[in-house]
Amino acid sequence: MSSNAAAGTIDHHLDPTTTTGIPNKKLLMWAFLASDCMFFGCLISTHLIYRLHPPPGTLPARQVFSIELTSFSTFILLMSSLMMALAVNAIQKGNLKSLRWSLLTTIFFGCIFLGCQVYEFRNFVFEKHLTITNSILGTTFFTLTGTHGLHVLIGVIWLSGMLIYSFTGRLTEKDAIDVESMGLYWHFVDIVWIVIFTAVYLLEYI
Amino acid sequence: MEALAKSDFLAKGEHAAKPLVLWRPSAKTGLMSWLTTVDHKRIGFLYGISGLFFFIFGGFEALLIRIQLAVPNNSFLTSAQYSEMFTMHGTTMIFLVVMPIGAAFFNFIMPLQIGARDVAFPRLNAFSFWTFAVGAVILNLGWFMRDGAPDAGWFGYAPLTTRHFSPTHAIDMWVMGLQLLGVASIAAALNFIVTIINMRAPGMTMMRLPVFTWMTLFTSFLIVLSFPAITIALVEIMMDRLFGTNFFEVSNGGLPILWQHLFWIFGHPEVYILILPAMGIISEILPTFSRKPLFGYPIVVFSGASIGFLGFGVWSHHMFTTGMGTTATAAFALMTMAIAVPTGVKMFNWIGTLWGGHLTMRTPMMFAIGFLWMFMIGGLSGIMHSAAPSDAQQHGSYFIVAHFHYVLIGGSLFALFAGIHYWFPLMFGRMVSEFWGKMSFWFVFIGFNVTFFPMHFLGMEGMPRRTFTYDGNMGWNLGNMVATVGAFILGIGVAIYFVTMVYTYLKGARTTRDPWDARTLEWSLPNPPPEYNFRVIPTVHARDGWWYEKRHKEEIDREVAEHAKAEDSHGGIHMPFQSIYPFLASFGILIGAIGVAVIDPANTAQYPGFWGPKVAVCILGAAFMFVSVVLWSLEGNEGYHIHLNEDGSIKPGDDHSGH
Repeated sequence: MSSNAAAGTIDHHLDPTTTTGIPNKKLLMWAFLASDCMFFGCLISTHLIYRLHPPPGTLPARQVFSIELTSFSTFILLMSSLMMALAVNAIQKGNLKSLRWSLLTTIFFGCIFLGCQVYEFRNFVFEKHLTITNSILGTTFFTLTGTHGLHVLIGVIWLSGMLIYSFTGRLTEKDAIDVESMGLYWHFVDIVWIVIFTAVYLLEYI
Repeated sequence: MEALAKSDFLAKGEHAAKPLVLWRPSAKTGLMSWLTTVDHKRIGFLYGISGLFFFIFGGFEALLIRIQLAVPNNSFLTSAQYSEMFTMHGTTMIFLVVMPIGAAFFNFIMPLQIGARDVAFPRLNAFSFWTFAVGAVILNLGWFMRDGAPDAGWFGYAPLTTRHFSPTHAIDMWVMGLQLLGVASIAAALNFIVTIINMRAPGMTMMRLPVFTWMTLFTSFLIVLSFPAITIALVEIMMDRLFGTNFFEVSNGGLPILWQHLFWIFGHPEVYILILPAMGIISEILPTFSRKPLFGYPIVVFSGASIGFLGFGVWSHHMFTTGMGTTATAAFALMTMAIAVPTGVKMFNWIGTLWGGHLTMRTPMMFAIGFLWMFMIGGLSGIMHSAAPSDAQQHGSYFIVAHFHYVLIGGSLFALFAGIHYWFPLMFGRMVSEFWGKMSFWFVFIGFNVTFFPMHFLGMEGMPRRTFTYDGNMGWNLGNMVATVGAFILGIGVAIYFVTMVYTYLKGARTTRDPWDARTLEWSLPNPPPEYNFRVIPTVHARDGWWYEKRHKEEIDREVAEHAKAEDSHGGIHMPFQSIYPFLASFGILIGAIGVAVIDPANTAQYPGFWGPKVAVCILGAAFMFVSVVLWSLEGNEGYHIHLNEDGSIKPGDDHSGH
């Protein structure tokens, strides 16, 4: 605590006011992500179970998916995680300018991912005639990836809020934990996408 | 670099001027004080009062069910009304009675037991309660509407809940209500997890935690990990109902069995969510009134952990008759038998606690011993169900009804009643009359057994659940009549209990600190506890912290005086500001939920296409919630400081401007 202040650095990994030294907000986010794991776990399971029981006349998923586009957006989303990590690093050093650029890039990449998803959805519905109602594949696919997209959207809104907040002058190195727990959320959403990308897309190409 | 001059986590830096004007309510009495409260004890009261209110509701529904079944071919209720009754009785008792009363104790007692001044996130705690209240309102809205109350059973099996078979909004309200109760429970549970792990007083190591706090922790983990399954199940049924997806639409490849799996992956841990807090309460009461420490504390804790863990691996024993195949059935049967082991171990630990103790037969102790006995009967019939062939015979019969009422009333409810009696003096500073307390116990105990014991026989004789009437020649007449008489005795017992509690709250005899000569830290407080809980954060030296303090007075007094001085020089006691935004955020959710569940969808002649009043109300609710959450985060988690006199009164002229 004061010893850190005297040394001129803040220890971002130890909160002396808590029993374990882990900041409360970080622990809350970890516990929430555990819950979110189960949430996505159930959705992904639903997709995988129904994948094994396609009713007759179901369109093969490979004829619908465009693996090139999705690989691109996956790459972009992973790069956004890199920028998020840089943003956390920047605020922990009190470097607001660097924080803003990193956040802006993260938001930009997140928006590219969302844009790809909107394009993909429109393409599936209007060109490939796969809708949320006309087949079980459409039902599970749109619900699962749509729910993930919603998570990305919430993340983008949160990041944007933090970016705007950084201009009020109230965001300082002491608030690094706020950015860090936002980062935990963002990384989690990315990791879930890796699982979805594997289980929903890549699995069809084996 | 003003930031560095201050300690990094202890206090937020003072911001020169607040750029955004945000209202910080400070009412300590009146309606506004309750709407804006962030005090864990007040939130505990809110949960408790809601739970007891809905208990009257659910009990009333139960009595109507019993009247209908008292004689064969009765027409007191129609079959449709009967379906509403058993659906809402089950849903209410589980989600709106046992869970919130459990949450009331988590809120009120747990922070006091670990020596904390509040939970980790006071405003999130308020949000949890208000969202719970919204869920309860949505769930019960149907009673006042033409569509009627939900009527598909508390488990809402698809495809009965699909639009094809349940076209009215009743099921929409059930789905939305449960969804919100899930959100509320998860938010509260996250808060409790962080509080127990991170807010313990110095010296309160994990293996010194009172067992009730341990069980709070396990219950919270169960909530956090099991509720997502029902959230997804409800999302899927809602998508089916609102957007015509195919999750449970058989004609398009949907598999209704998926609902059963998702529901019970949640539903079985839910059973332990209902019983673990009860076990925690019992583990506090038995040592206090046996005047002995809990027998085998580490084993009780580890048993709780293994029950929680195994609880995720037994869900399919609710589905033995669905034809899962022999391997799956055998595996789930085995796991179900295994889960009886830690439960049995706990039972022996409680008996070991009683063994050789100086038993004091006060009302809480009566309910606690009633719990041991009744819960054991329910547990034994539960083990019978683990044998799949036997279960196939009992499935869907009154034997099951008897079993789960023995564990939920004889188990959970007895323990909650015991807990209310036990902690009443701490919460209100008044003592419940022993005579009337014991009177209510005997009425409840006898009424409960007269109601539910005959149901074992009714079930064995083949009486099915959830059917609104039966023929006179089935041989079920006597058992049903006895059960109905028992239900009214139980009702009288509960009425005595309630009247006694209300009377005691108003006129009961005043009591002093620690009337039971108890063992855990919450009893070191004056009753009712002050808003700041502990004048000085206690230092814990032993497992039964308060017991140790009472026997090492000099050492503790010296320590307290020292720490009081230290705390005062650090700026006094930090109190969080009250906030209206948790309430407003939940209110936004209420608007949105009404949009989702109650208003007719568009695509009518008047509103062709997607847009219409339904979407408008949903967006309005979402926007309301979003703005509230933004303001919530902008107002910050600041607070003010108070300084105390020796006797615990607040020194005047304190710094209420706060930072």
